[in-house]
Amino acid sequence: MTVLSIRGLKVYFSTEDGIVKAVNGVDLDIGENETLGLIGETGCGKTVLGLSILRLLSENTVVEGEILYRGMDLLKLSEEEMRKIRGKEIAMIFQNALTSMNPVLTVGTQVSEPFELHHGLRRRDALMKAIEMLKLVRISSPSERVKEYPHEFSGGMRQRAMIAMGLACEPSLIIADEPTTGLDVTIQAQVVELMKELTMRSRTSMLLITHDLGVAAELCDNIAVMYPGEIVEYANTVEIFKNPKHPYTQGFLDSLPGRGLKPMEGMSPSLINLPEGCKFHPRCPFALERCKREHPRMVEIGNNHQVRCFLYD
Amino acid sequence: MKRYIAKRLLLLIPIMLGASMLSYSILYLAPGDPAELMLERQLQGVPTQEQIEAFKEEHGLNAPIPIQFANWLYRILHGDFGISLRTEKPVLTEYLNRFPASLVLFLMSQTLSIAIAIPLGIISAVKHNSEIDHLSRFVAMIGVSVPNFWLGLLLILFFAVYLGWLPAFGYGGFAHLILPALALGVSGCASIMRLMRASLLDVLNQDYIRTARAKGLCERAIIVKHALKNALIPVVTVIGLHIGHLISGMVIIETIFAWPGVGRFLVESIHARDFPVIQGFVLLIAMIFVFSNLIVDISYTYLDPRIRYE
Repeated sequence: MTVLSIRGLKVYFSTEDGIVKAVNGVDLDIGENETLGLIGETGCGKTVLGLSILRLLSENTVVEGEILYRGMDLLKLSEEEMRKIRGKEIAMIFQNALTSMNPVLTVGTQVSEPFELHHGLRRRDALMKAIEMLKLVRISSPSERVKEYPHEFSGGMRQRAMIAMGLACEPSLIIADEPTTGLDVTIQAQVVELMKELTMRSRTSMLLITHDLGVAAELCDNIAVMYPGEIVEYANTVEIFKNPKHPYTQGFLDSLPGRGLKPMEGMSPSLINLPEGCKFHPRCPFALERCKREHPRMVEIGNNHQVRCFLYD
Repeated sequence: MKRYIAKRLLLLIPIMLGASMLSYSILYLAPGDPAELMLERQLQGVPTQEQIEAFKEEHGLNAPIPIQFANWLYRILHGDFGISLRTEKPVLTEYLNRFPASLVLFLMSQTLSIAIAIPLGIISAVKHNSEIDHLSRFVAMIGVSVPNFWLGLLLILFFAVYLGWLPAFGYGGFAHLILPALALGVSGCASIMRLMRASLLDVLNQDYIRTARAKGLCERAIIVKHALKNALIPVVTVIGLHIGHLISGMVIIETIFAWPGVGRFLVESIHARDFPVIQGFVLLIAMIFVFSNLIVDISYTYLDPRIRYE
């Protein structure tokens, strides 16, 4: 049973420098209780993809395709219907909790807000729920801490409070955008552990957006590798790490410290000026003549492993 | 917090000392011999050398300047601001008599400009690039640029002379208050409105507003609960700074509208080279500045929990 199913998603927005093609025809499925990792370099459109699901992009953005949440196309809902999905059915955990939390409202106010909004609780009852949530994410003396402001929390605590905010109404799907970026490595491990435990417990599906392969390996069932605007490889986590097929995925994995720390040649292309043919061909060590002209399709190579490369087509 | 306020009040001492030095030096920085100038005014003619000497002796102007200053300061600390040379009444009494009229005008124009600027700024930001936004920005642009004395004259011409709806000048009921309050408040109103708009627009682009949207809050709740308090922080600073502008504006507006306040009294005294009155005014202004800054600083702690004074 799929919770979220994305079909042919395109997200474009115009800037002074030209049209940014952030997402160019993405298909993805996330099943019940599944954690799907969306990995890729900075600027490959993965955050835009995450935001487009909850329709949080600015009004001048063009979004095409289908985003089906339990069979319902989110792109066709009214703004008011969409508000009932946000925070209740699908929640989002943002990176950088310092800027993502309101500096002038107490943590308690911010964590209790979803309860007031979606469960119609009174302020005091919602605050009790918020205290429970903070306890769940292991913030010590939560009944004191709810009265504090985000700047009085440490980085790890803020991120855990963000998680509490996201999980408040027990959503079916969580979109976590780089939830561990900017945290100390030891704190990162704690946060990852916590997310794993909480999503397991509440049987929540998750779309984890990250460039950190370690975090992805720890949390994800399946992984989709994104290269400017499209998915280039999809498989389960073990398969991706053991048997990467796409030259980009191979390069990405080889650049890991544990795997030789080999830097990848070249730069990721700008989303304004994408190359013709296969978008990876200018950096690809195996590029064929055909790669410059034709755009490869996603090919199934068995074991539910798909790759977008002419080497396998 | 109490300790902070106490500390700030203690700081008043050196500030007021500096301001009083400055205000006392007006007597000597102004061109001409003060005794001669004052006598000229009193006698309506050129005084003789003997008269000047006698005047200097009488007012202690022969002593070294630091001694004169110390004596002056001693008298001020005892509530004696001297006698106005023009009206021959105590300066303090003259100010206290005129202060209520100025306060009424100040409060009216400040309330009016804030009450118009804040909602208009919010609407402009929420519906930015709409017609109402363009219109209010255009009007605000004019409001910032127009000098208040000219605006005052135009208001008199239009509402008092041409339409005859409101009195042109003088002190009386509420109707008398409207035109001077408008003339005084327009430029502050326009700049507060523009800042409110810019500040709210900036806040609406912050990450935490996106978080609030992701929770499923409606636009109204996002603006009222999440954005407004953040956006008001710079606006409060500017409202505080504008108090100074407003006081200098009052000097002009009170003169144009014949408003019997402190500002007009100052202008009359400057014309008459009434030094004790001018010195008193400088001290008064310094005091108002220090207190309005203190109030702004304290109000920050209510708006922004990150600001705490120890």
